[in-house]
Amino acid sequence: MKNPIENLNKIFDSRIRLGIMSALMVNDEVSFNELKELLHITDGNLASHLKNLEENNCLKVQKSFVGRKTNTTYSATKVGEKAFKLHLDALEKMIRSIE
Amino acid sequence: MNNPHQHLSALQDIRSMMEKSSRFISLSGLSGIAAGVCALIGAWVSYDYVYGYKDYMMGSYSYERGGNSSLAYDAGMDFSIQLLLNTTLFWIAAATFIAAFISAFVFTWIKSRREGVPIWGKTAQRLMIHVSVPLIAGGLYILKLLHFGTFGLVAPGCLIFYGLALLNGSKFTLSEIKYLGYGQLALGIINLQFTGYGLYFWAAGFGILHILYGGIMWYKYDRNTKTSEA
Repeated sequence: MKNPIENLNKIFDSRIRLGIMSALMVNDEVSFNELKELLHITDGNLASHLKNLEENNCLKVQKSFVGRKTNTTYSATKVGEKAFKLHLDALEKMIRSIE
Repeated sequence: MNNPHQHLSALQDIRSMMEKSSRFISLSGLSGIAAGVCALIGAWVSYDYVYGYKDYMMGSYSYERGGNSSLAYDAGMDFSIQLLLNTTLFWIAAATFIAAFISAFVFTWIKSRREGVPIWGKTAQRLMIHVSVPLIAGGLYILKLLHFGTFGLVAPGCLIFYGLALLNGSKFTLSEIKYLGYGQLALGIINLQFTGYGLYFWAAGFGILHILYGGIMWYKYDRNTKTSEA
């Protein structure tokens, strides 16, 4: 039997990572602080999820300076966008099969 | 992992995150109603001045001009900022705008607090910029209309530029606002054919359309959040 969840991507199991990718899909770039406000989580928690997504080539990091403060922004990579779309398709299929 | 509710809630998460991060969705329906009520009051107060039942100039200016004259049909008078600041109508308009802005802001602020969306986040800034550009251009244009004494074109000008501003902003907030924009545009363009009736069109656009839009938005979005909280 075909595994019904084979197309669901492990990376997006986490609600936080799913949320990060959703925000990156509709914005050219999103800063660390904006993500923090959107997701209501701590710096450390967010950083570890971002690291995970970066290691999986789903997002790229841009560091720049605003005055003396570092401003870190994130944007989705082509690989990340594709993986996210496949994940959405898989979710859709699962829900349709249940109906 | 195979639980359908889990997948549904994942999809809902995605949708809400996409909306929250790209649109300012805290715009409250009550804000529209409040702004509309302010506009209607403003139109009602200024009616006598616009249609000449009361003189629209204040103090010594009124005296010099020898009393009554109707702004709606007056044309070609020499207009300056100095003169503008001495008309009762200008202050009624300014008070209406400020009252509408503050009351609209309060309801949206309350809603954004409840939803935990920052009132001055990136989405709100983008919305403000996209709405402000046509509005400022329109404001300057209308000042020039006043300068040339073409008062009949002021109300259509307000409606048209405001409609364009809403259309421009609709990509950055609840997209239904574009229908409000189309409505204002249509009223403004029809008003071009009936230039003596500017105040009625103005009241219909800024008053009635706002209240209608606000009511529909409140019914569609805000009402549900209240019942789900209770």
